[in-house]
Amino acid sequence: MPRQKIFSFLLPALAGALFIAIWHFIRVSLSEDFRFLLPAPTEVIAAFREHGDELWRATLNTTAGATLGFLAAVAVSFTLSLLLSLSPLVRVTFYPYLMLLQMTPIIVFAPILVLWVGPGLKSVTIITFLICFFPLAVNTTQGLVSTDRNLVELFRLYRATKFQEILRLRIPAALPYFFTGLRIAATLAPIGALVGDYTAGSSAGDGGGLGFQTIIYSSQAKYPALFATAAACCALGFIFVAGVLSLSWLTLHKWHDSYERADT
Amino acid sequence: MSFAVTTNPLASSSTAIEFRSVEKRYGQGPVIVDDFSLTAARGDFIALIGPSGCGKSTLLKLVAGLSPVTRGELIFSKSSASNFITQAPTLVSDSTHDDLAYVFQEPTLLPWLTVAQNVALPLDLRRVPSTQRTTLVSDALALVGLTPRSEYYPRQLSGGQKMRVSIARALVLSPQILLLDEPFGALDEMTRDHLNEELLAIRERLRWTAFFVTHSVAEAVFLANRIIIMSANPGRLHREIRVELPYPRTPATRRDPAYHRLVDEVSQLLRSVEDITTG
Repeated sequence: MPRQKIFSFLLPALAGALFIAIWHFIRVSLSEDFRFLLPAPTEVIAAFREHGDELWRATLNTTAGATLGFLAAVAVSFTLSLLLSLSPLVRVTFYPYLMLLQMTPIIVFAPILVLWVGPGLKSVTIITFLICFFPLAVNTTQGLVSTDRNLVELFRLYRATKFQEILRLRIPAALPYFFTGLRIAATLAPIGALVGDYTAGSSAGDGGGLGFQTIIYSSQAKYPALFATAAACCALGFIFVAGVLSLSWLTLHKWHDSYERADT
Repeated sequence: MSFAVTTNPLASSSTAIEFRSVEKRYGQGPVIVDDFSLTAARGDFIALIGPSGCGKSTLLKLVAGLSPVTRGELIFSKSSASNFITQAPTLVSDSTHDDLAYVFQEPTLLPWLTVAQNVALPLDLRRVPSTQRTTLVSDALALVGLTPRSEYYPRQLSGGQKMRVSIARALVLSPQILLLDEPFGALDEMTRDHLNEELLAIRERLRWTAFFVTHSVAEAVFLANRIIIMSANPGRLHREIRVELPYPRTPATRRDPAYHRLVDEVSQLLRSVEDITTG
């Protein structure tokens, strides 16, 4: 491995070790009465072992909500964006509301959703969907209407059908915008599912997700388990973002300037 | 994008396009092109030059059918065979756009397609059978000397190479009319000179009728057999200069005293037009 690569692994690893050491040091310097506020790293690992089944089940439930909501948002926002891009009339009519809803904290709808569809996965999915939907719709629409004017004329010159123009020109040209939206949505999806679960989760049925588990652990004063829950959320978020970044790389790296390497 | 289908005969059988008092304005806006009449013979290389706002690019858009003529007529002749010199032309309206290609100021390539796929785009859009595509694309790429780059993506190419791809794409359907809207304006002078020579070399083999918009007098004199100097506000045909330098033209042409005299003459005419325009 070249020297640079070794460093790019070694340095973050060292920073992580340092972080845990400081954490440990702060903990031992706290008086006995306050140590419960900051569980030791070993206690968090122990909590993983003790509540493993529970945390795994909760993580799976939150993953389900996040994934379903995310995928639904991608499908619906893409369809809507196509409609918005095709008709200036539709766009002028609805775009302001799209922007307005994007600025609305979706979580205020949680109590209403619980009333409508009941607590649990359904509510969590819908909340995730709503949170992911707007950045996706706004970015994709922007991409679909920002096609290079000359390229559109080129397609018209060769008498491309509207269908060819959309499929061969507008959609590929919108991909970088779409992936910008997708990256935002990927960070929002696990957070949306978690917060959704926190406000609209339920122990009934599937037993709730990570958000619901947070409420339980804090009410039971199981602080090491709370830290373990946070770590699980972190891992889930990482998987989502890493997945979308990989997909974006696979789609764009050959031709898009954002992936240009120094050697090309 | 409808051209008046006309029953008036063309001026002669060698005519490719005839502008008859063509006027263009957008909506109720100012007249962009006014009373423009010109007859382009087959194989003519016509350079359009003039101050900005004189409607040079608009004229190309009218020929391309990207924008309708508001008054007057634009008449195309059409022959069914590619060897059009021996064919008697027949009058047609806008169906002639099959035989027409456009090279924009920018290379306007699709960045997500390879060089070969970009060149194949017109064939795709026109649903040319894939059996013919490979040959047509490799011929067009060979014409501009980019065969070794066929699997590259546009961002891996230099500005001059991108423009070559754009030209190959324009030539892939063997157009009879080639519209070039200041295609080399963004390139450095050496690349530009080089591409001018290549363009003329290709013309020796394919003999399309070309309309070439440029801001460079030297480029216009080097390439064209006819230079149309236009005045602005509204865009009108001011003067036509015939360039009697023989083809094939080579770098040696640029050392010819006759070439320099013409560059001087056109430059002075252009300056007088610009003086009129800026008042």
